[in-house]
Amino acid sequence: MPGPKGSGIFNAFMSWWGHYPVTQFAVLIGLLAIFWAMGSNTVQTMHRLGITPGFGFLHQSANFAIGESLIAYAPSDTFGRAALAGLLNTIAIALSGCVLATVVGVSLGIARLSGNFLLAGLVRWYVEVVRNTPLLLQLFFWSAVTHAFPAPRQAFNPFGVIFLSNRGISVPSLRVEGLSISAVVLSILIVFAAALSLARYRTGKPIERIGPWGVVFLALLGFVVAFLFGGAQANIDVPALRGFNITGGLNLTPEFAALLIGLVVNSSATIAEIVRSGIQSVPAGQWEAARSLGLQPGKIMRLVILPQALRVIIPLMTSSYLDLTKNSSLAVAIGFPDLVSVLNTTANQSGQVLEALAIIVVSYLTLNLAVSAIMNRYNQRIESRGFLPR
Amino acid sequence: MNSAVDPLARKMKWRQIWQKWLYGLFGTPLNTLITVFVVALLFWTVPSLLRWLFLDATWTGSAKDCASNTGACWAFIGAKLRFILFALYPPELDWRPTLVIGLLASLLVITGTPKFWTRHLVYLWIGVVILMWMLMAGTLVGPKVPTSRWGGLALTLLISVVGFACAFPIAILLALARRSKMGGLRTLSILFIETVRGVPMIAILYVAMLLVPMMLPAGFSPDALVRAQIGLTLFVAAYLAEVIRAGLQSVPHGQAEAASALGFGYWHIVRLIVLPQALRAVIPALVNLAIGILLNSTLVAVIGIFDLLNAAKNAANDPVWLGFYDESYIFVGLIYFSLCYSASRYSLWLERHLRAVKS
Repeated sequence: MPGPKGSGIFNAFMSWWGHYPVTQFAVLIGLLAIFWAMGSNTVQTMHRLGITPGFGFLHQSANFAIGESLIAYAPSDTFGRAALAGLLNTIAIALSGCVLATVVGVSLGIARLSGNFLLAGLVRWYVEVVRNTPLLLQLFFWSAVTHAFPAPRQAFNPFGVIFLSNRGISVPSLRVEGLSISAVVLSILIVFAAALSLARYRTGKPIERIGPWGVVFLALLGFVVAFLFGGAQANIDVPALRGFNITGGLNLTPEFAALLIGLVVNSSATIAEIVRSGIQSVPAGQWEAARSLGLQPGKIMRLVILPQALRVIIPLMTSSYLDLTKNSSLAVAIGFPDLVSVLNTTANQSGQVLEALAIIVVSYLTLNLAVSAIMNRYNQRIESRGFLPR
Repeated sequence: MNSAVDPLARKMKWRQIWQKWLYGLFGTPLNTLITVFVVALLFWTVPSLLRWLFLDATWTGSAKDCASNTGACWAFIGAKLRFILFALYPPELDWRPTLVIGLLASLLVITGTPKFWTRHLVYLWIGVVILMWMLMAGTLVGPKVPTSRWGGLALTLLISVVGFACAFPIAILLALARRSKMGGLRTLSILFIETVRGVPMIAILYVAMLLVPMMLPAGFSPDALVRAQIGLTLFVAAYLAEVIRAGLQSVPHGQAEAASALGFGYWHIVRLIVLPQALRAVIPALVNLAIGILLNSTLVAVIGIFDLLNAAKNAANDPVWLGFYDESYIFVGLIYFSLCYSASRYSLWLERHLRAVKS
């Protein structure tokens, strides 16, 4: 065992460091030496190729176009702005993918458990096919599908409001005009103040906790107030065929649509299995006990089964969200300019391979940490619900 | 036994099944509605799909015959089968990738049989993996074939299996380090595992393809397939380490303590007592991971290696047979599906089998 005497901090460190302190130290030094050698080799290679190491290149002009971007971007903009555009594209696809995959996946999971044999069998085969073929193959397939849609004039037009054409998928969108941010912030503050003072007036003491749903509700109420009294207008913008093109609404490019559909289909199959196994993990006795207490089926699900199933479901859901975020990097194979795709082009154009890859790694680790942190907060709430005495 | 012969009992049993189905399909108004909806959906999609797949399909002939027909062009698969399976490998040496696929299949069958789970299996794996690589490269017999010409199904299976095999020792060390009381090694292990698990596999492959050549001394550059294989192996090792760690956690403390009381050293305890139990506990997870590796190995297509998926894509880029992507993708999709589906079925069987052996 390491030295029994010495100062407190040193002792604590040595007991944390544990057995074989010298061997461990040697391993650490060896690894550092390898990294140092690789690093100096990289710097030498860069000098040989005439590249300056460091992140200064982010201020240089990128000189390549990006297919689509949430922020204004032109080829004359910097590499830094291109990377930001790619990052925002990744976040957009990950966010919309997670939301849609949850909706589709939970529905499929419930359908799988429904008493209907046909529906359950259909979902079962959907899950089997999706989970047993490569995601890249599925993305190639969806990419071929979205690019094979007809020209805008012959666009598929299901329900009259969605257009599927080779320019992408156009869906109706909500357009709000004349709503100023200050009006929204002001009315949300007013609504919160009103709610808190009303609660104090009614109960005589301040409320301890509003809870997340309360916050969401009050914020929405604030929006409505700002909308009603701020003189704003909202209209639903339905896409329509004008001339040779489809205008209006929200247009998803074929690449974005293919990636989104591919990721949603792939993750929804996983989520369906998670939901199914979560609900099935609740012992049958819980159903029977709730039924014998006279609870209605809907209430059994909501009050007895789901709170217990969620404890199984949420951690698995977290990892499937993380998978979706990481899988969105396959965009590079079907031509959607996500973070990896843009930085790959950047690396090829500027030769700053090390820096570009470092940005990719750091961005994904940060995104992962963010998703994990949010889901862990939610998980703590779920975990402590039900069996802790109040 | 008797009830099977008794006609009345058999009739009752059939009635029960019939009633169960009847209830399952038309039990409640909602159920009936769902059934009608699903049947309508099937009637709408299945006939046209079947017509495209089989009735109107072209089974033999040339690209011209296919173009004049509205159905699928399976003649394309017939003409391109060799390319999809072996890609750019020299055609006169086709026996090599064929032999490799055969060797791999027998290796997997042997590995899948619980009777053969002894330490000899480890030696067999080491031997067969080295043999396969040398066979493909032509180190032992015949002309040498550079890795840039390897491809198709043989390559996909090879990199998946080699990745899994090489990741195993690394993963065991990582899992042991992560559970050890040695702070330094534990931190290193956690750093490696969490970083690799936090980034997409494509980023790891880019590191292997673009960065590694810069990191090595000038004039020293291993070939692309080896670099991709190392990237894939390290990626797999991080995930495998977590699976093995779960297995290590499932082995009761008493096992190691008892062995230690009997005078076993650390590595003996790990090798003879803990690991056999730990690995046995996570076999289903290992099979799932193996399926994941096979599916993820397609990503090497992005960095330009001719795996099964890339070969299929390029088969449809041939000017003579241009554009038969659907057929090509369906064909390789079926290959992937049959491999992965049978593996997951096997995993279910194995779970039942192991439970039966235990009780």
